[in-house]
Amino acid sequence: MSRIEVLKTYKIFIGGQFPRTESGRYYTPLDSKGKALANICLSSRKDVRNAVVAARKAFGPWSERSAFNRGQILYRIAEMLEGRQAQFVDELMRQGSSKVAATNEVNLSIDRIVYYAGWCDKYNQVVSSVNPVSSSHFNFSSLEPMGVVGVVAEQSTSLIGLVSLILPAICGGNSTVVLASEKLPLCAVTFSEVVHSSDVPAGVINILTGSPEEMAVILASHMDVNALITSNLESQLSNKLSLLSVDNLKRKFDYEVNWVEKDKQALHYISDLQEIKTTWHPIENVGGASSSY
Amino acid sequence: MQERAREFAVIESLESGKTIRESRDVDIPLACNHFFYYAGWADKLDYAFPNRKIESLGVAGQIIPWNFPLLMAAWKIAPALAAGNTVVLKPAETTSLTALKLAEIIEESGLPPGVVNIVTGFGETGAAIVNHPDINKIAFTGSTAVGKIIQKALVGTSKKVTLELGGKSANIIFEDAPIDQAVEGIVNGIFFNQGHVCCAGSRLYVQEGIAEKVIKKLKQRMESLYVGDPLDKNTDIGAINSKEQLQTIEKYLKIGLDEGAEMYQPKCAIPKKGFYCAPTLFLNVAQSSIIAQEEIFGPVLTIQTFRTVDEVIQKANNSPFGLAAGVWTDKGSRIFNLTSKLRAGVIWANCYNKFDPTSPFGGYKESGFGREGGLHGLSAYLKLS
Repeated sequence: MSRIEVLKTYKIFIGGQFPRTESGRYYTPLDSKGKALANICLSSRKDVRNAVVAARKAFGPWSERSAFNRGQILYRIAEMLEGRQAQFVDELMRQGSSKVAATNEVNLSIDRIVYYAGWCDKYNQVVSSVNPVSSSHFNFSSLEPMGVVGVVAEQSTSLIGLVSLILPAICGGNSTVVLASEKLPLCAVTFSEVVHSSDVPAGVINILTGSPEEMAVILASHMDVNALITSNLESQLSNKLSLLSVDNLKRKFDYEVNWVEKDKQALHYISDLQEIKTTWHPIENVGGASSSY
Repeated sequence: MQERAREFAVIESLESGKTIRESRDVDIPLACNHFFYYAGWADKLDYAFPNRKIESLGVAGQIIPWNFPLLMAAWKIAPALAAGNTVVLKPAETTSLTALKLAEIIEESGLPPGVVNIVTGFGETGAAIVNHPDINKIAFTGSTAVGKIIQKALVGTSKKVTLELGGKSANIIFEDAPIDQAVEGIVNGIFFNQGHVCCAGSRLYVQEGIAEKVIKKLKQRMESLYVGDPLDKNTDIGAINSKEQLQTIEKYLKIGLDEGAEMYQPKCAIPKKGFYCAPTLFLNVAQSSIIAQEEIFGPVLTIQTFRTVDEVIQKANNSPFGLAAGVWTDKGSRIFNLTSKLRAGVIWANCYNKFDPTSPFGGYKESGFGREGGLHGLSAYLKLS
């Protein structure tokens, strides 16, 4: 008897779990030959709001992990992705990539994760400063993560655009709510399985599939989202999101970047999502100056 | 500027109402030092942002408030010039004179004509700057409400923007704090410059065990504050900047009373003529009270008590603003616990309202974005690629 293939159910990823969208809606993206790729959750407003709650809950503990430990966990994502390399290549090819392009994209994604894993315990040293104030105070400025970052992932790629935006955010201790590519969603869902098995605490990365247009406006107007990053977004939607972001002065960055290029990874993608905190403390001025040692 | 410091100080106090002691000892020296600090950056910009290519932005449009007229002009103009930009600056309508005096010095200094331009006017002049198609960058210091209007106006343009907006900063006193110093810090935190300070320590949180003692000492200290002529060197609290602002403050005093808070003002003499407001405390304030949530921008302090570290972190962070905070305790490890958990851009531990050209200043959340001062203040005026 011939075996019936077990088709994968592509679900969304909220707070470390894989629910279906609470709306019960789904959509069916097609491959280049017009064949159905899969049934994908068409996430709703409620899913976005749930994801923000999960991200907010995860933010405090994640930002307080040691930088070294965050680096270990990010590196673990790379390891797990490497282990599933064939599956990602296969999904990329089903979504229209050639074998060479698919292999390149997966390898580059793994390397990019390793790149950001290494930054975790270094960026603050590079960008912080001790400020030589004139008064008798010790004064220093260092970086702190902004909080919950909304990510409208690159729409033209399935994996590399997603990885390129998520990694600098979580590298710096932020938590994320990510809207996957609408037409190329397969790798986003599989990537959440990688994240799930990589010691990334629940809620640090939440990934939703569906219409980015519908969900991005909810993210942009959400008062508990601190920053919003997008990638090569068409200007009308980008402007709309910018306008909505003003209500709680969300920091918003729209990157016009071709993430498939090897050098599209840098410190500033991390520091864009950081606040600079300056701390003052008095220095006692008693004795010492004239002592010889 | 330093040679004409006395002239600047007198004009600043005459026009803005701030005490001459403050103009002379704080505003004017800091403004001079700010130019001196950034002048040195002009030929070292390549060192500031490793691995990045830097370019000037072009024309910077800058709109500043009335609370620190000359100092804000310095904070805006100095980094812009150091980074190779030219400037169109609009001072506030009630405090334009020191900026114009600065223009005289700039002219004398040999800066080419057109590099610094100062235009006076009301909000519509500011709007003309914000909306001008040939301006590349907007820097604004002022209220959160106006900041949001500006931010909205800039959507869809390529103008870079930094906003330094309002605050409602927490000043936190623990039981083991040096009490006399803390009381001085509270007074300085809220009554400095009549409370017209975006980072004013306007929400006081005192740990329960010492609340009674702190409040008693604070009231005693307030009895000795001298409210009066800004040009008198003995004056501690000068004049409110405008009639409009005095009305705003008085509106909040009424709201505080209507909300059931207990108001305290010392029995100090207030000049009959002019715009003055006695230093004011509110006790029995709820976290949700309007006077504990909204920026008053006057010499008005709300006082709440707390028991645990966790509680005070939550209360302090429970604000849409995030500009500054103060922490008073003798315990070093607690200071760093607090300073790393308070969501604000500037944290003063066992001190308050300290400023320096080398020290980046600016807020989290709805207190704006971007930093002014220090190395980090340069990035606001450079294109980095």
